[in-house]
Amino acid sequence: MFELSSFMLMALLGGLGLALISAPLGVFVVWQRQSYFGATLAHSALLGVSLALLMQTHLTLTLVIVSLLIAWGIFSLSHTKQLSADTLLGILAHSSLALGLIIISLQDSVQIDLMGYLFGDILSLNTTDLLLIGLTGGLIALFYWYHWQDMLNITLNSELAHVEGTPVKRVQLQFVLLLAFMIALSMKMVGVLLVTSLLIIPAAAARRLARTPEQMLLWSMLLGSLSVLLGILGSYWYDLPTGPAIVMAATLLFAVLLLKKPFA
Amino acid sequence: MSQCHCAQPHSQLLLQARGLYQQFADQEVLQNIDLELKSGEIVTLIGPNGAGKSTLLKILLGLLPPSRGTVWRRPGLRIGFMPQKIQIDPTLPMTVARFLALAKTPSNPADNPLSFAQILEDLNLHALLEKPIQRVSGGEMQRVLLARALCTQPQLLVLDEPVQGVDIQGQAEIYQYLNQIRNQYQFSILMVSHDLHIVMRHTDHVLCLNRHFCCSGHPQEVSQSPDFITLFGTPDPAIALYEHHHNPHTCEHTHGEGHLHLQTGDQESR
Repeated sequence: MFELSSFMLMALLGGLGLALISAPLGVFVVWQRQSYFGATLAHSALLGVSLALLMQTHLTLTLVIVSLLIAWGIFSLSHTKQLSADTLLGILAHSSLALGLIIISLQDSVQIDLMGYLFGDILSLNTTDLLLIGLTGGLIALFYWYHWQDMLNITLNSELAHVEGTPVKRVQLQFVLLLAFMIALSMKMVGVLLVTSLLIIPAAAARRLARTPEQMLLWSMLLGSLSVLLGILGSYWYDLPTGPAIVMAATLLFAVLLLKKPFA
Repeated sequence: MSQCHCAQPHSQLLLQARGLYQQFADQEVLQNIDLELKSGEIVTLIGPNGAGKSTLLKILLGLLPPSRGTVWRRPGLRIGFMPQKIQIDPTLPMTVARFLALAKTPSNPADNPLSFAQILEDLNLHALLEKPIQRVSGGEMQRVLLARALCTQPQLLVLDEPVQGVDIQGQAEIYQYLNQIRNQYQFSILMVSHDLHIVMRHTDHVLCLNRHFCCSGHPQEVSQSPDFITLFGTPDPAIALYEHHHNPHTCEHTHGEGHLHLQTGDQESR
């Protein structure tokens, strides 16, 4: 039996919403091999949290601004080609995490809840959170309405796309900022681990079922939603922690689909 | 009709580079490059490895800002670009057909003289259309990339080593095809070649690059070269030889001028 209490309903709606808006960003993160980029942004979100506590500013707003700045910083630095993107992201991910922890430790009154940071608390979502998820979804839909083909071309070969007249730098920067925005918003709701998992795992699982980029997007939305559903049910039935249950559900779907023979 | 449509001296110019220098760290890769490309022309850029051919191409295409100097491209110039090779992540599900359909074509139908069906036919691509793009072989990929460049209805076709790894017979076929469609649709070609001596016969200018332009000129007709005839019998209509005439004061290296280096059999054919 499944009795739908109001916080359960909120968690379900929020989780499904996040799964749906993660998919269109997640597929490109996978195709462009940017999964470490998402992880870096998620880690640096702790810096945003600690700065908000230090300056007594609005938490979500500070988180969003810090993430956008860091995303923009990574984007600009990665075009200088002094260091490989991989190394750069590794440095940024851990230094911003360390800086965030140091800033927090300097404030005596604050204790950080590491579980909350890793997994958030999907069972405490409120109406504002749902509205923010809806808003992000709208922005993402608008972006792809204009730039789906451009993004595919940039992913295939950015030089070719540039010569053909695609505004490569502008579109890619918009994508990266959108990704940062999504991660910052959902990080507070569902934590670092769930954000990156929902980005990567359903997209990777969807590869086996798709023959076109659009099919992969749809499957990824479906598998993400299914993971959220299974995770929340699992946590309800067996009293599992909800965030980890969602991650494990997604991973199980991925593992099952690994057994399937690929099309290509 | 009071306006005078007098032909201006630069009206046919598609692309012009003036005084290009490029430095990476403290190494000068390009020195004082001047280059002009007019409509209908075929220009072949040759040079040894590390001569800066790819760098120059990137600057001309606007992919890389030069350290010094200027590049002018005719406003609205449509460039079809055939990169040397492209790497596509296996997680992206994409067929050859979709890859070709993603090429940007001009919105005005009058600017679409090359039909997609004709390009497929010419390059013999029908059998490949449903294949995943990651699964096509090297030689097939070259045809796919050329097809994509043509799909953009270019006024200038830029080819980065289009005959790399192709034997001399295959080179002749590609050059023949390029010349045929060039004549039909009136576009210019700028091509980079790794081969220092064999170029497309209809090339108007051969530019030999080794950081600066060492020498330039018109290729010799193959038929005029007795060495070639001894080697191959009947002269091939599509390829030509280029003889380097370097100025020894500005250029310290040689490519073995005076000898014919017809590297046929041992090229990295797959």
